[in-house]
Amino acid sequence: MATQLLRRASQILSHSSPNPSSPLSFARAFSSATTPIRATLFPGDGIGPEIAESVKQVFQAAEVPIEWEEHYVGDQIDPRTQSFLTWESLESVRRNGVGLKGPMATPIGKGHRSLNLTLRKELNLYANVRPCYSLPGYKTRYDNVNLITIRENTEGEYSGLEHQVVRGVVESLKIITRQASLRVAEYAFHYAKTHGRERVSAIHKANIMQKTDGLFLKCCREVAEKYPEITYEEVVIDNCCMMLVKNPALFDVLVMPNLYGDIISDLCAGLIGGLGLTPSCNIGEGGIALAEAVHGSAPDIAGKNMANPTALLLSSVSMLRHLKLHDKADRIQDAILNTIAEGKFRTADLGGTSTTTDFTKAICDHL
Amino acid sequence: MARRSIPILKQLLSSPCSNLTATRSVTYMPRPGDGAPRAVTLIPGDGIGPLVTGAVEQVMEAMHAPVYFERYEVHGDMKRVPEEVIDSIKKNKVCLKGGLATPMGGGVSSLNVQLRRELDLYASLVNCFNLPGLPTRHDNVDIVVIRENTEGEYSGLEHEVVPGVVESLKVITKFCSERIAKYAFEYAYLNNRKKVTAVHKANIMKLADGLFLESCREVATKYPGIKYNEIIVDNCCMQLVSKPEQFDVMVTPNLYGNLVANTAAGIAGGTGVMPGGNVGADHAVFEQGASAGNVGNENQVEQKRANPVALLLSSAMMLRHLQFPSFADRLETAVERVISEGKYRTKDLGGSSTTQEVVDAVIAALD
Repeated sequence: MATQLLRRASQILSHSSPNPSSPLSFARAFSSATTPIRATLFPGDGIGPEIAESVKQVFQAAEVPIEWEEHYVGDQIDPRTQSFLTWESLESVRRNGVGLKGPMATPIGKGHRSLNLTLRKELNLYANVRPCYSLPGYKTRYDNVNLITIRENTEGEYSGLEHQVVRGVVESLKIITRQASLRVAEYAFHYAKTHGRERVSAIHKANIMQKTDGLFLKCCREVAEKYPEITYEEVVIDNCCMMLVKNPALFDVLVMPNLYGDIISDLCAGLIGGLGLTPSCNIGEGGIALAEAVHGSAPDIAGKNMANPTALLLSSVSMLRHLKLHDKADRIQDAILNTIAEGKFRTADLGGTSTTTDFTKAICDHL
Repeated sequence: MARRSIPILKQLLSSPCSNLTATRSVTYMPRPGDGAPRAVTLIPGDGIGPLVTGAVEQVMEAMHAPVYFERYEVHGDMKRVPEEVIDSIKKNKVCLKGGLATPMGGGVSSLNVQLRRELDLYASLVNCFNLPGLPTRHDNVDIVVIRENTEGEYSGLEHEVVPGVVESLKVITKFCSERIAKYAFEYAYLNNRKKVTAVHKANIMKLADGLFLESCREVATKYPGIKYNEIIVDNCCMQLVSKPEQFDVMVTPNLYGNLVANTAAGIAGGTGVMPGGNVGADHAVFEQGASAGNVGNENQVEQKRANPVALLLSSAMMLRHLQFPSFADRLETAVERVISEGKYRTKDLGGSSTTQEVVDAVIAALD
């Protein structure tokens, strides 16, 4: 406990002014298209390698100037990371500043950390960004979804601090810090501004958790003042859930603490057709971006050429946007959406019969 | 008595067209004195509260229900619930309540939470179902959310550790988890429900939600006729918006129940029509099932267009709780008729009626 707090306090002192746009990504923006950008690729487990292959093909067809550095999850625990992920892999993401990650399955057992947790902690990925939009042509019960969920990723209910007070009484700590709240709020408004969004909604339960969620709201308000052109509102989480399922078009950008973000982002994924269609991108200190597919590794259909690469492809589009390669991102995104809208080539989960390779080829043809 | 038999006679004469009568013969043998009117504490509350509780009073009057109300003014900005109100509920055992506004972060604790704590109303029950004739995005929804109401995230234990770092305690006890699990299974057993689903986040909060799950599992073994399964809260919300028909009875810790109930209410037709209540070993408080975004809606108050259906259905639950099942049936049938006819609906259900028009229609539809 004490060391945790000390560490947090020292973090607050050392990062008094978080700045989401680092010099690293500025340098990127001005680099010419001829020198390829290096990016780390974790194909992951199960269907991961297949859908990663699909991304590589589409990028090649679209002539995206990216050179992949492939890293696989090791079969031994690396003592430096206490996980199956090697130190070199993490170092590669840190050096490149961008990465793309397929689904990873943490092997069951003790003495090591979950792979996702390792990445999140080691790379200090503080924000999880998930754009959610209805795919034209793929019918769900909701067809007017177009929102972004931004979730604080490091603290809150997921602090991992729990203990038994006496037998049969357990306490779990939810930690909210000013530093982390400001950082994610800053990123949310920055994102809204750079992506032409008009409104940021902070999701909270400050009527019950007055101090913790109150602090989160206070930080959001402070940041909101710096962005007068963006409308800011606060919505209680239960009301937010209700409004989302009644009329998701009411929301634009949502920023929220960890647990609420987890719930709301999955709820939004449900609105548009599931995790197989939802892109996701994690933002870390110093402008690191790790785009990922949030669905599972689906070991049952691995190697059968049946997997749907849409989530990973859309995530790679998010990555391109982070690199400010907007024209390439638009081209690839349009190709994906058109392919699905046309309906000729769809994978089994979307009610089609196409294989992964056919679907990928169709996307390349639509570029 | 004579007054009460007139409608029954009327019903018998015109019965072939109505589907809910005549087929069921219930031999109900009341004890002497059961017909004596019962006192019920009434708290009109804030915002739309007085409007919808007024609606209930009118309908109860019109159907000559054997209840009379003791009215107390309580408002959300009070420091605490007045002693005489608590005394009245303790005496009457039953209370009907409009919404109470909870001020955000003003150092005032929620009166709703206070009432639940003081009267030990440990279970909150919300029934979310499709009303016949009311079009919604999802069909075949009939979910009962049973939520632990006294501890968890709503413990109210919060403090600032150092400036900029705030902690909030989530407390889970074996005692409370067990009794809510017992209540949920008992409810399922008595109401002929087939399945109980426990909602949790034990993959992250291993001890706290782990304890909750452990208690549910123990209780589940005593009810072999009822299926038991577990679902993680984020997945639960995603499943709710895509396949809600898979859920039956849900049992949840405090905060998750709040979110799940409001999501389910949104799916099944909105918070304006979902009945609910809080119940403990001795007392019961009936209110709108899911109140998100309802209490403080100024527009609805000014134009007197709030939807009274939720509270009318809640008071039908109350009548059943008071052992007046035939009155409960009559009220429910009347409300269902008005909704399925579709002539008088408030704005949230796609109509344009005022509260009073709906009330008049319900009274006219009473057998």
